Formats: sequence, C-alpha cells, structure tokens
Amino acid sequence: MTDLNTLESDVLAQVAGATDLQALDAVRVAAVGKTGSISGLLKTLGAMSPEERKTQGAAINALRDKVTEAIAQKKAALEAAELDARLASETLDLSLPAPHRRKGSVHPTMQTMDEMVAIFAEMGFAVAEGPDIEDDFHNFTALNFPEKHPAREMHDTFFFNTKESGERMLLRTHTSPVQVRTMVSQKPPIRIIAPGRTYRVDNDATHTPVFHQVEGLVIDKGIHMGHLKWTLETFLARFFETDAVTTQFRPHHFPFTEPSAEMDVQCDRSGGEIKIGQGTSWLEILGCGMVHPNVLRACGIDPDEYQGFAFGLGVDRLGMLKYGMPDLRDMWSSDVRWLAHYGFSAFAAPNPASGLS
Amino acid sequence: MKFTLSWLKDHLETTATVPEIVAAMTMAGLEVEHVIDPATKLAPFTVCKIVEAARHPNADRLQVCQVDTVDGRKEIVCGAPNARPGLTTIYAPIGAYVPGLDVTLVEKPVRGVVSNGMLCSAGELEYASESDGIMELPDALPVGTPAVDALGLEAVIDFEVTPNRPDWLGVAGIARDLAAAGVGKLKDLSIAAIAGSYPSPITVKVDGDACPVFAGRYIRGVKNGPSPKWLADRLTAIGLRPISALVDITNLISYDRARPLHVYDAHKLVGTQISTRLGRHGLNGDEHLIALDGKTYELTPEMSVIADASGERPIGLGGVMGGESTGCSDETVEVFVESAWFDPIRTAQTGRATGIASDAQYRFARTVDTGSLVPGIELATKLILELCGGEPSEIVVAGEAPAAPGPILFDPAYVGQLSGLEIAPEKSLKILTDLGFKLDAPKDISPTEFATHAEAAVCVTPPTFRRDVAGKADLVEEVARIAGYGALPSTPLPEAPRAVGGVLTAKQARARVARRALAAAGYAEAVTFSFTSRKTAALFGGGQPELLLANPIASELDCMRPSLLPNLIEAAGRNARQGFPDAALFEVGPTFHGDRPNDQRTVISAILVPKAPRGWDKAAQGDVFTVKADLMALLEELGAPVASLQTAQGSASSWWHPGRSARLQLGPKAVMAEFGEIHPAVLKALDVTGPVYGFEITLEAIPEPKKKAIKSRPAFSPSPLMPLTRDFAFVLEKAKPAGDLVKAAAGADKALITAARVFDVYEGPGVPEGFKSVAVEVVVQPREATLTDAEIEALSAKVVAAAEKAGGKLRS
Repeated sequence: MTDLNTLESDVLAQVAGATDLQALDAVRVAAVGKTGSISGLLKTLGAMSPEERKTQGAAINALRDKVTEAIAQKKAALEAAELDARLASETLDLSLPAPHRRKGSVHPTMQTMDEMVAIFAEMGFAVAEGPDIEDDFHNFTALNFPEKHPAREMHDTFFFNTKESGERMLLRTHTSPVQVRTMVSQKPPIRIIAPGRTYRVDNDATHTPVFHQVEGLVIDKGIHMGHLKWTLETFLARFFETDAVTTQFRPHHFPFTEPSAEMDVQCDRSGGEIKIGQGTSWLEILGCGMVHPNVLRACGIDPDEYQGFAFGLGVDRLGMLKYGMPDLRDMWSSDVRWLAHYGFSAFAAPNPASGLS
Repeated sequence: MKFTLSWLKDHLETTATVPEIVAAMTMAGLEVEHVIDPATKLAPFTVCKIVEAARHPNADRLQVCQVDTVDGRKEIVCGAPNARPGLTTIYAPIGAYVPGLDVTLVEKPVRGVVSNGMLCSAGELEYASESDGIMELPDALPVGTPAVDALGLEAVIDFEVTPNRPDWLGVAGIARDLAAAGVGKLKDLSIAAIAGSYPSPITVKVDGDACPVFAGRYIRGVKNGPSPKWLADRLTAIGLRPISALVDITNLISYDRARPLHVYDAHKLVGTQISTRLGRHGLNGDEHLIALDGKTYELTPEMSVIADASGERPIGLGGVMGGESTGCSDETVEVFVESAWFDPIRTAQTGRATGIASDAQYRFARTVDTGSLVPGIELATKLILELCGGEPSEIVVAGEAPAAPGPILFDPAYVGQLSGLEIAPEKSLKILTDLGFKLDAPKDISPTEFATHAEAAVCVTPPTFRRDVAGKADLVEEVARIAGYGALPSTPLPEAPRAVGGVLTAKQARARVARRALAAAGYAEAVTFSFTSRKTAALFGGGQPELLLANPIASELDCMRPSLLPNLIEAAGRNARQGFPDAALFEVGPTFHGDRPNDQRTVISAILVPKAPRGWDKAAQGDVFTVKADLMALLEELGAPVASLQTAQGSASSWWHPGRSARLQLGPKAVMAEFGEIHPAVLKALDVTGPVYGFEITLEAIPEPKKKAIKSRPAFSPSPLMPLTRDFAFVLEKAKPAGDLVKAAAGADKALITAARVFDVYEGPGVPEGFKSVAVEVVVQPREATLTDAEIEALSAKVVAAAEKAGGKLRS
C-alpha cells in the first residue's frame, strides 16, 4: 500500500509540476501510458490471488482514475493559460481610426424639392415635367403675355440665337409652360405640380441665373381662390412643420392669372433668423392667382365651364428659409464643406410617417 | 412712382397717416417699395437762435456760440463763417445722428472747448447736395420747431407700378383707388374747359402708324420763368428738377394725371403745321434729331417722328422726347401745347433703341389714357394762364383715339364663383362705380350665357384709363382687391382619388432613388448651372450653334451643358484649389443635345477624385473599379436589366481614357451608361489634377419596368443540395475582355451554373507573351440529385468549350 501511496504522491507531484502541455503528456505517458508505471501495476493483477486482486485492483484503478482526472484538470488549466497568453499577444489598438469612408449627402435644394413633392402628392397632385428650352408660345403667348408687352421685358429672358426661320428659342423663365403643355394634352380635372429648373438673366446675392420652381395647377369645376388659399396655407404649415401658418394675400399682377395675388406668410424676424408660424412680420413667399380665361382658352379649355388656380413657389428660397442657408449662390458652388454642412442624409427621404427631414 | 401725402390730398379728402395710406395701397395692389420719411431721419433736429458768437480762444476759424435751443441755452463750437448773433438755424443735440456726415454726435472738446451740440448746414441734413455754411432760416420760426416743419419737408412714398396699371402713374389715379378702398373721399377730378378766342395758327396732321391722334392748342403772350415755390417744391420732393414754369407744368401733369404733354416754342416752328410720321431712311442714311437732352439720335422707320416744315424737319421723337430746336426758354412768348397718343409697343421699342427713359416714354410705353388728350390740354392751359399768362386758341385735334374698351356683360354672382368671397351684388357694383366703371342695363343678353342669373347681370364699361380690363375675371379682381383679399375664405380642396402606386412617373421615381442611393454610397450631391462654356461643351460632345445663348450671363456660361461631368470635374478642381482635393460628387439633372423638347435628357453623373488623407491602414482609396461597383449597384437599384448589360470596352466617348473606359449597353443603340477614367487631356483643358473616375447614366435609356397587375414574387425554391465549385484557368489574349470569357463560362449550362467569378488574373512567366491567365471559379448548383463524377466531368467540358469560343484556352 505504501508503494501505491508513494506512487500517487509522486505522479501527482509530477502532474502539478508540468509547466506545459508537452511535459504533462510525458507525465501522462509515464504513468498511464501503455508502459506507464500505473499501467504496469495493473498488469501485475493477473498474478495475484483473487482476494488480493480484489483489494489491490480497486486501489490501483482508483489511483489510475485519480491521476487521469488530475492530468485532465492540469491540461485544461495549461490550455487556458496558453490561450490567455496568445490572446494577450494578439491585442490590437482599437483607438486607431477605422478605414476612411466617404460620407455622402443629398443637396438641400433637392431635399426641399422632395419634401414639396411629398406634401403635394399627399394632396393628390401628380408631377408634370417639360423641357427647359422652350418656345415663345409656351413661355409667353399661351400665358397671355401680349406680344412685345413690357411684362415680357420684365422676365429677363435668356434667348438663343434667332434662326433663319425667324424662330428664337429661349430658356423658360418659369415652370408655367408645363401648365400649358399639361392643359393642352390633358382634360380637366387637372391637379399637378411642375417642379424644375428656371432661368433669368440675373446674378446677385438673392438671384442666380438658374433656380428651381414648383408650379401648381388645379383646374376643375367650381375651384375658387378660397381653395387656393387653403392649399397654400396647408402646404406651408406642413412644409415648415408648424401647426398652422398665418398668411396674407395681396393683389398683384401676372398676365396669366386673374385675379392675381402675392402671398405673404407671417414670421418672426427678431434675432437674425426667420421663424415661420410665429411673430408679427410678413414675408413675401409666392405669386398665385386664378388661371386667366385667355390661358384656358389658349389651351382649349372653356373658361365658362372650368376654372382653377395656379401658383409658383421658389424652391431654393423656401429651402433657404427652412434650413437657414444665408446665400443663394452657395447653393450652386459645389463646395464640399458646404455640401457636408447643409446636406441631408440619404435616409432622410420625406414621408408622412417619420416627417420631412 | 413717387408722390407725397400733400399731393395726394389735392385729390383725396383724408385724415389717414402715411402708414395707413401705405397699408391701404399695399392691400389694393400698389406695392410700396419704401417710404422716405424725413420726419424720422430729422427727428432730433430743431430750430435754434444764435445769441452770441465769440472767437474760439485756440482757433482762428472757429467760433464759440451761445445758442438758444429746445434744450435751453447751449455753448456750441461752430466753424461756419456765417454763424453770427441773431441767426436762426438748425440745432442738433449730442446723441443725434447727422445723416449728411454719417456720424453720431458725442460730447467732446473741440480745441479745448466742449461743444454741446452742433449747428447744421443743408448738406448735413441732406436737404441739399451742397451747402455753404450753416442754414439761414426765417427769423419768425420759433426755437424748437422741428426741422422738417421749418424746411417744409414731407414723406415721399415710392411704389412699384405693375405694367397693367398705367393709371397709377398719376397721383389722381392713386387717389381714385384709395377712395374706393375707403381711405377717403375722392375730390372732383373734372377739368373745366377754357374757351379759345381765336383759331390756332398751327394745325396738326397725323398718319395712323406713327400717331393715331394728336391734339394741340396755341397760347400767345406767355411769360416764361422760374416756377413758383409750390410747384418747384412739389417736383423737387419727388426728385424732379424744376426747369421753367412751362416745362414744370407739363411734368406736373405727367405725374398728376399720367398725361404726358409737350410745349413747343411756337416762334421756332417752321411752317404752320405739325405732322407725325415714321422716321425715314434717307439717301444719306437715317434722319437725325438733336433731342432736349442735347444728344443726337438716329430716327428709324420704326420710330414715331414729329415734324414741321411740311413734314421735312424732325422736331421730336413722338412720345419719347422733344427736339432741342423748338424747346421753350425764358424768352418764349408763344407756345403750342401738344397732347397726343402714341402706341405703347412702338414707344417701348423706341425707348430701347435710343436708350431714352423719359417720364413720357415710360407712360406711353405702358398705355396712356386715350380719353385724356383734350382734358390734358385744358389743365395745361389753366396752369399756363395762371403762371405765365397768355391767350389760348381753340383746340385742334387730328385723327382718332383707339376705340375705348368695350362693355362687359357681368353677373355680380361671378365674384363669389371665382374668388370665393361672399359679397353683396350692390357692393360689387358700387366698387366698380367708384373705380370709374360705367354700369348700364344689359342689352341683348344671350339667354344661354346667363341662364340662371340673367336678371342680375349688368353691362360694365371700363373707363378709358383702364384698358387692362377686358373680361369678367378682370372685374372680379377689381371687386376682390378693393373689398380686400383679407376676407378670402380658406376652403379645403375636394378630395381627389389618390394615384395607385404613387404619383411619380417611373423616371421621376428613379431619379429620387438614384439620389438617395448615391448619397448612401458616399457621394455628395451637387446642383450646378445648366450652362458651361462653348469650349468645354465641345470637349464633351456639345457646343452646337442652337445651344449657344444669345445673352449669356458670362462668357464661360454661354452654352447649354451636354453632360454633367464638366461641371462636376470643375467643382472638384475648385475644391482642390481651396485645399480639399478628395471629392466624390454627383448630380441628377438635365443635359441638352438640341433645342427640341425631346433633345433634353435626365442624367445621373458621379465623379470620384480619390485623394483622401493618408490612413495608417493603407486601405485602397478607390479607383475605376470603385465607380464601376457603385455604378452597377445603382443600376440594379434602378431596376435596370443588369444581367443583360454588355460592357463595351473602348467604345466610350472621346472624353474618357480610351483604355480605361467602357459603355454599358443592351446593344450599340441602347447605351445606358458610360464609365471609366476621364481623359487626361480633358482634365488638363479643365485645369484639374487627376485621376478622375466617373460615370454618366442616361435615365431615359433604362427600359421602364413592366407594370405588373400584382406585386407577388415567384415562389422561393432553394435547392436542398450543396453547391460545389470548380476552378479553371484560361489563357486569353491580353486585349480580349475577361468579362466575355466569364460570361461564356457562366452561360455554359444555365440550369446548373449559378455563378462564375474571376479570382485571379496573371501575366508573366508561364503565360505566353501577349496573353493573360484568367482563373475562374464556377459555382454549380445541383437541382435534383447530387452530380456523379461523370456528370461533373461533362459539365467541365462544356465550360471549357464555351470559354474556347470566347478565346480562352484551358491552361495546361
């Protein structure tokens, strides 16, 4: 028995003393391997008497199990230590920056345009389009601008060179030609907006030669200025994301509408920025009116049967007002810093569930 | 157009203040631009009297004055030589802002003597442009009288006249609208006729083209000279320069009644007739006229000319400016007063051709009241007799004025129908009467037109000064603006059926998707002008003559852009010059390829100038394959048939690097996009440092997706069997596109092969010169049963055969 006790303490001491998996395996082979010391003892059992075998066998097997268990535990401990050491060696400095990724953005004018389209789509307006290069008929004549009338001069039109045929194309000065194209090709009821680029020979802090307009047109039976007022008030409140806006219509003159009006919206100008939906100042925001009977006639619509309204909104300017951009010219400069500062996330697509931006 | 409150009050009985008048004008459609109110500007300035003036102890040119002011006796240092005891002048206290000097007075010693205020000159008060010394005012003015009252200054209202309302170019016209709007009571505007005592020695003759109607009157025995103070002050207040009584009278009537007149010195006329005709092309060139401004103008056959000497000598540009040869002077004793009517379009053209923007030209170009010829002469006669004396002849008139506006059949209920305003018919009709419209019982009403309201309809005839009113909608505007747009209701639009599937067309929806997709991919959206320079346009396949602007805003913006790329590339260049060379920009917008509506395209372009700051990770910055990846992802997002696209290398346009660009097309005539590296020569021409990579998609070239009645998708049926891969290496001529080889391999068995991917491209030892080795991994997806070795062998043979057709030989 003493031999077994000695052997046990010897082997367990060797297990405890193994410093790596290789040494441990050597201990394992020496003790419980095919020719190991404990395996050797088990082989001696055959020569023993049954009585002796019973007691000695149990003792040797117990010793073998104990040693095997000790080796397994030691092995797990050594493996864990080895993994810890490896992981410690694999440490990365995660304070280093991640690879550069460019951040894209949507231009504020286009965001504004998308917002406007979303609001009017909710109100049942379809989106119509037309060419930027127009002829005199669609830009002026059909819109009741008399030939050579001073109102035409006031439009600061960009012209192309006159052709041999006498035809002179121009860049549309408003998106109203789309009205004409729509009315000529489509029967009432009509409810459209026409977003797009427009052009005037003008270049200063508040005018760029190219700018964006959204024109609206509603033609049906019984549409009157009250509908126009509601449409614009509803649009502005939704666009500026306020509960309500206060507006004021002022008489004005446009050749293509009768009666014509300019609309002001009440705002607060104190503190250098403009807040819509509060305050006591007025801000001129758009031109509008009832479509002139001559325009309806020019487009083949009977003004005694149908009537309706039109309005024109300046997209760039509304964007400036809403998002606080100070200079119109910057919007066209493609300065990457400006685009990053005023641009919108790709995922800020306006929708009625999460809002406009 | 400018006027003063006192002038308005000549025609309008009112107690309204300037702000009230301005508010009423705005709501009646007269857009006030600004009010110059000297009472605000000169509020701190008051009348004072100098009691003593002694020489400054330390300065010869300065005096120390004791002055009685509104604030009591003050010691004030003054440098003006005319400062003297007893002088009544203007005092500015410490703290006052002096407009003429642009300074605010502070208390500080002047050469050791503290000045407790300032004595002012006319220039310092901006009362006159120059002045010599401090103001010298009548002694009767009490100390403390506000300067504005002492100087008789009043507010000037400046407003914009819309082109439809030439009658607002006269103060009487403004008064009429304001009276209708309830601001006061319109005074009698009628003008009494003055009988002539003899036939006019000058007769007039018109030809219809140059001038349809011409009226005149001879007045003899006048005495011209400076205008009286009231007249000079009235003109000065609105920025006109008084000249002489005869001329000032015509200017007054021009601004009072929007009726331009002209006065000839009758002694300087040749012959006894004034006639009108068009300008002449003579044998020796065009006719000339030296106008009243002293300048010489060429007279063309488009212009209306006034002539004497049997029509031979031009003496005026009709409706624009008189001639120097027959103008009035202080020696003038006999005059002929002209009151004519000139065609608005002709007058506008003459104004543009000559560059003359006179008050007469401005009014005639906007249409003068055809009923004002004789009344204008009568008013002028009255004033000339009052100010210059004289004896008038009978009035002569030649020709006929254009027909007055015709009557309009009008049902007052139409006001509510068009405007939504609830307004009593009587009130509507009263407004029209107040504005000078004439109401009559309707005659010959067609029963269909007024089936429901025939009994309420009236016949409305616009006054001759309202030629802009031609239909019933115009009458609604008149009623609505005077009744006030403030009363307009806010009426919800009737519900309209919502478009199924959204309101946007496929193209519009795609443009929106492209914007969001590219922004998500790291590109910043730019919005650039539709213009470029002709030179740049030519580099990008544009610059056609029909796309050149006749009046560009700048020479580098004289042509419609054929592509979005040049604007984006130039933007990248500008950013680089400002120290931000890394750019990933895109734009969605129009390009122009001709001047017909169908020649415009909606294009999506993006550029990548990979110049990001160095990174510790040495990650790749992006190259032509980056833009290809972004382009393909975008096309897929837009629903383009990406799988059927051919990459046609070497066929992209000339502004691309010939070896590093390609077209994406369904066929040679269905080019959807081009991409690659921009040609270095193009970058050099644009002065931009490359490389610049980019793509341009023509939205119209992407076929519209088929509209499906239902949106359900085909059932999902994944194979339960494991896919397997087989690798091949093919040797291919270097110039041949690997893409074709891969496509061929993938197409070798459409049922089993789900993908073929290039995983290596190699040139060098082991591969013949001029060839490349392309390693392809083919993914095989068994459908019904696991493939046997023999089946896999057969499939491999098909892949090899297909590759061979594309020029690839299995590498041995």
